[in-house]
Amino acid sequence: MSIWENLGLVYALLGAAAAVFLAGAGSALGVGIAGQAASGVVTEDPSKFAKVLVMQLLPGTQGIYGLLVGFITLSKIGLLGGGAADLTPETGLLVLAACLPVGIVGLISGKSQGQCSAAAIGIIAKKPDQFGKAMLFPAMVETYAILSLLISILAVTAIQI
Amino acid sequence: MAVLQMQRISICALKKDRKAILEKIQSMGIMEMNQVAEGEEGFEKMDTFGARQRFEKKASLTDNALDILDIYAPEKKSMFASLEGKALVDADQFTEITGRKDEILKKADRLVACNKEIAEHRAEITKLENQIEALVPWLELDVPMNLKGTGKTELLLGTMPGETELSTVYEKIAENCPETEGVDVQIIHKDQDATYLAVLCLKTDAAAVEEALRAAGFARPSQATDAVPAKKTAELKEQIEQLNTKIGEIEEEIKACADDRGDLKVVGDYFRMRAKKYEVLGTLPQSQRAFVISGYIPKKAAPAVEKAIGDHYDCVIDIDEIKEDEEPPTVLQNNAFSSSVEGVLEAYGLPHKGEFDPTTIMSFFYVFFFGMMLSDAAYGAIVAIACFVALKKYPRMSASMHKSLKLFFFCGLSTIVWGILFSGYFGDAVDVIGRTFFGVDVTVPPLWFAPLNNPMKLLIYSMAFGLVHLFVGLGIKGYMQIKDKQYLDFFCDVVLWYIFLIGLILMLIPSDIFASIAQMTVVFPPALNTLAKVLAIIGAVGLLLMSGRSSKNPVLRIALGAYDIYNITGWLSDVLSYSRLLALGLATGVIASVVNQMGSMFGGGVIGAILFALVFVVGHLMNLAINLLGAYVHTNRLQFVEFFGKFYEGGGRPFEPFETDTKYVDIKEES
Repeated sequence: MSIWENLGLVYALLGAAAAVFLAGAGSALGVGIAGQAASGVVTEDPSKFAKVLVMQLLPGTQGIYGLLVGFITLSKIGLLGGGAADLTPETGLLVLAACLPVGIVGLISGKSQGQCSAAAIGIIAKKPDQFGKAMLFPAMVETYAILSLLISILAVTAIQI
Repeated sequence: MAVLQMQRISICALKKDRKAILEKIQSMGIMEMNQVAEGEEGFEKMDTFGARQRFEKKASLTDNALDILDIYAPEKKSMFASLEGKALVDADQFTEITGRKDEILKKADRLVACNKEIAEHRAEITKLENQIEALVPWLELDVPMNLKGTGKTELLLGTMPGETELSTVYEKIAENCPETEGVDVQIIHKDQDATYLAVLCLKTDAAAVEEALRAAGFARPSQATDAVPAKKTAELKEQIEQLNTKIGEIEEEIKACADDRGDLKVVGDYFRMRAKKYEVLGTLPQSQRAFVISGYIPKKAAPAVEKAIGDHYDCVIDIDEIKEDEEPPTVLQNNAFSSSVEGVLEAYGLPHKGEFDPTTIMSFFYVFFFGMMLSDAAYGAIVAIACFVALKKYPRMSASMHKSLKLFFFCGLSTIVWGILFSGYFGDAVDVIGRTFFGVDVTVPPLWFAPLNNPMKLLIYSMAFGLVHLFVGLGIKGYMQIKDKQYLDFFCDVVLWYIFLIGLILMLIPSDIFASIAQMTVVFPPALNTLAKVLAIIGAVGLLLMSGRSSKNPVLRIALGAYDIYNITGWLSDVLSYSRLLALGLATGVIASVVNQMGSMFGGGVIGAILFALVFVVGHLMNLAINLLGAYVHTNRLQFVEFFGKFYEGGGRPFEPFETDTKYVDIKEES
């Protein structure tokens, strides 16, 4: 069978892939940025390891949200169960569009949250007792990743297949 | 659920009781020092800086000694050592050990000296090793390196750059001083960087030959020993061996002191306590015969201090209410359940003077939301059991750690409940295991509903819970305003908002938008619809007119009112923010399903089961860790940003009583 007959499935899979790789790339960037700052702090004071590790992990959630949407999409289009659904190109494009919010917002917010985490790690380095407040700044960025995740999930589950 | 009321206590007593009274207060540990009689005539402060520094120096000496012990005779510590808390020491034992403090300090001195000796010996060894290194190329030479030669001949030792051949050396000599005869060149050693030569020539020619060789890059060795290199090397090695033995002996000596670790800790803490006491002593105003201590104390602890000090010493104790302009420290008091979130509140900031302590109300929402975000019964059980075991096994952990673990224990319980409601037991592990290994379709039905099948429903509920949370926050603001008798503010800032918001919500529920989200149509009786509109209009008009009441200018007042109504967008974003309850709950469940799915890909049978177990354990542990972090961070955020944003300021000062500020041991009070 040619790809043209299965274009719907291709689009849908592209959507799942975009959700996972864009959001995952965002988290990788973010965790990387925060990790550099964290390593710097641990060089000076190894006892802060646990605290800065938590900070480093904060931008990691975007990748998980991407995975989540990717997984829901795959199970929705039946690729996980074995029998792939017969999708029209229109439906496939709908799924692709539904996956975009978490992908794109995940990419950008992941990087921003990483930068924010790196700055918050600076707080930990100087005032370790302000952990609760330091944690809050990166969590602010994450709100938007959560909102996009929400729309992606709602959209994917709402599409009739 | 309250902030403890503080009082100012002032004790004026005779100087002769100074030490005893200070020690008593220190051991009670319920009074924060805050001296008042500053700069009054007849009162002077004692200079205790020198004494304090002496004690601190001794305390740091014991710390150094303990560090050294940790290097050479490390203590066996379990993974959970940080949970154990400080060791408990009897008061008698404490006195006994501190009685031997000079002897113990001597030991600490000795340990520090031992460490220094080891460092010196190590430096010496490095030096000797460098010497050996320099001798290695000359090992083949069988005469002492500083040998000048025989009666008629002279020996020239040195290196040529690179890998120089023997013939090249002869050529160079022949080229540069052709008149020379009877030169013997031997290559002792050759490596990449240099060739090591021994040149024997007539004494008369020596200068010319050396000059000739030097032109080709010949250089004498930087150090020449007076022994045969091989023998010298053996000697040096012997010396290193001796130094190593010495280091071994010193290390043994240090290890033998490992049993004194406990004593060192006690003595260190003893000096830390005394340093603290002298620090306070230095701040006390003292006259010739008397002295004054003043500070903050929780009201309910005041009688105990009065009794403990007043009954035993000649003194005057004055207990006053806090004055208007004073900022006393804040102490929270809550029941066993609610006190577990005190740490979370402290992370944001304690209530300032006169502010409401939101701990109790927050504790219920905290546990509720946390469970909803983690929402897996098995994960909840793991968290709850782990915390429970830790709490039981390590009763002496620090107070803040105890609170946090207790908080996670309650959150774990809440997670179990939500997991049962949503049917999350390691995600869909029951289904997957049944299908893969037993070929049966089993499903544990959710008590309420499965979020993944109906995310819209949970979204509506999340926002509804959020709205309750926010309304409670607004209510607390109103409560504080009533308490402060600001009735107009209460009406304008709280009641009008309630009216406005309730009106808007009642208008929203029967609308098409709500019907499409909730997938159900709600029809209100017409009277209720009218009421909704009336409420919304009253609220909006009221806010428009009243929010800017501080401004006299009527135009500005209306403008401020309009701006306040614009805050409705803030409410909208606050409520939307609670959608994270759904998102994080789904994340836990879906990732757990991914793990189960991956595990089941190996099929049934024994090998499949083993691989499944492996994937299952690793995958779920990771999922649990990541989602615990997520639930913790986002529950905090909902409390700090959305809930506290409605009413709470914080900024209170934590209570720092003058107490026995120890690092390693706690002293058991005599009962």
